[in-house]
Amino acid sequence: MTSSAERPRQTPLHAVHERLGATMTPFAGWQMPLRYASETAEHQAVRHAAGLFDLSHMGEIAVAGPEAGAALDYALVGNLSALRPGRARYTMICAEDGGVLDDLVVYRLDEDEFLVIANASNTAVVFDSVRDRVAGHNARVTDATGDYALVAIQGPEAAGILAPLAGDLDLGTIRYYAGAFGAVAGRRAWVARTGYTGEDGFEVFCRPEDAVHIWDALAAGGAAAGLVPAGLAARDTLRLEAGMPLYGNELGPDVTPFEAGLGRVVKFDKPGEFVGREALAARASSGPIRRLVGLTVQSRRIARHGYPVLADGKPGGTVTSGAPSPTLGVPIAMAYLEPGADRDNHVLAVGIRGAEVPVQLTDLPFYRRRH
Amino acid sequence: MSVPADLRYTPEHEWVSIEGTTASIGITEYAAQQLGDVVYISLPAAGASVTAGEPCGEVESVKSVSDLYSPVDGEVVEVNGELEDDPSLVNAEPYTAGWMFRVRVAQDGNGDPALPPDLLSAAEYEELTKSAG
Repeated sequence: MTSSAERPRQTPLHAVHERLGATMTPFAGWQMPLRYASETAEHQAVRHAAGLFDLSHMGEIAVAGPEAGAALDYALVGNLSALRPGRARYTMICAEDGGVLDDLVVYRLDEDEFLVIANASNTAVVFDSVRDRVAGHNARVTDATGDYALVAIQGPEAAGILAPLAGDLDLGTIRYYAGAFGAVAGRRAWVARTGYTGEDGFEVFCRPEDAVHIWDALAAGGAAAGLVPAGLAARDTLRLEAGMPLYGNELGPDVTPFEAGLGRVVKFDKPGEFVGREALAARASSGPIRRLVGLTVQSRRIARHGYPVLADGKPGGTVTSGAPSPTLGVPIAMAYLEPGADRDNHVLAVGIRGAEVPVQLTDLPFYRRRH
Repeated sequence: MSVPADLRYTPEHEWVSIEGTTASIGITEYAAQQLGDVVYISLPAAGASVTAGEPCGEVESVKSVSDLYSPVDGEVVEVNGELEDDPSLVNAEPYTAGWMFRVRVAQDGNGDPALPPDLLSAAEYEELTKSAG
């Protein structure tokens, strides 16, 4: 049965966003805050102080059981059985032909319990694929998206703001890409030192009914340090500066991790078989068919998703993401270049609505934090 | 949301202020909020002729790029050069420092500015933004 008027889902923090006067936008079936005031100011707050994000639209897929690790080794390209409890891993799920179905963060909450975080637009695909691939293992797969709200606090002040609210949790013992169960503002949460901004920060997974309480406590506790709520627009420019790929832009079924420069996530030496191994091994030895590069634009115009890249005036690739970089002060972009077009001896430009605007190859990431 | 009563508006979210036969033109606060931070504005050149309802420039924000329409027929007599250095004026002061260009409006038989009949009043424009959600 199909519903003709499927209304976007609201996160448990919807009333907070309305109270804050956020500009809301439909995103992957959810109604999400795009910005609260100026997205540029929100971006700068995350770089220099802290930002608070509602990421409750992200998919949470629980994989539990004595063979959960082995099951994920087969379903994903990473070596998840080797992950220690309390640690996180950035990984991907690929199709049989090596194409990327989604990029994921996987937490090992406990010996027999993993939490797979999927992009909101891919939650159903990831859930279906993992469930199908796990069949035959002693592990069960649940779409737990509705069981969690996710509040992220990101920026150099994040740890200082979160620490006094985190009770017995010693944030100093939670390393980058690690997590621990604890309480935030007195409410039980999984607190992970992960994020998508290029800054230090934490992601707080809590029960939906505790989300407003935790958000308000962090907002109040962080106000003096310069924490502001930040929307999806700032999240996108932050991740772009940090050179992090976005599914639907840099990643998709038509590329393997190798095109995106992320071949290191594919663990050929892990025990057992995994979906996509044959195609990925072939691509690893033949090399990527396109190459993801960073571009800086010599204009104030933005080279946006889908715009053509020209090498010496001829088609040479396609922009995947583009935005003004508040940190660099110029527009930046990521693009896939066809073989040959990525050599330094070409004059590169982006076709921006009829005009050829010069661009320069720039090493990724555009921004790297200094600590 | 501010919608000054003494201005006229277009459904494409431009405002126009008429003094004599000179029309000053910009985009509304509603438009600026919907666009988000404006980062680049392409304006018609002084001396160019513009036609009501036809695109004559572009407004580029962090998330999008939109056409800019002239609300009136006429000749561009001045553009706001400040916006080249500081396009964020459009967000900060859309009705004052964020003005975009001025047009000498074509005149009718009585020497009055010939304005398109479909320009909106402040009340009509406010109604339009409300129904747009």
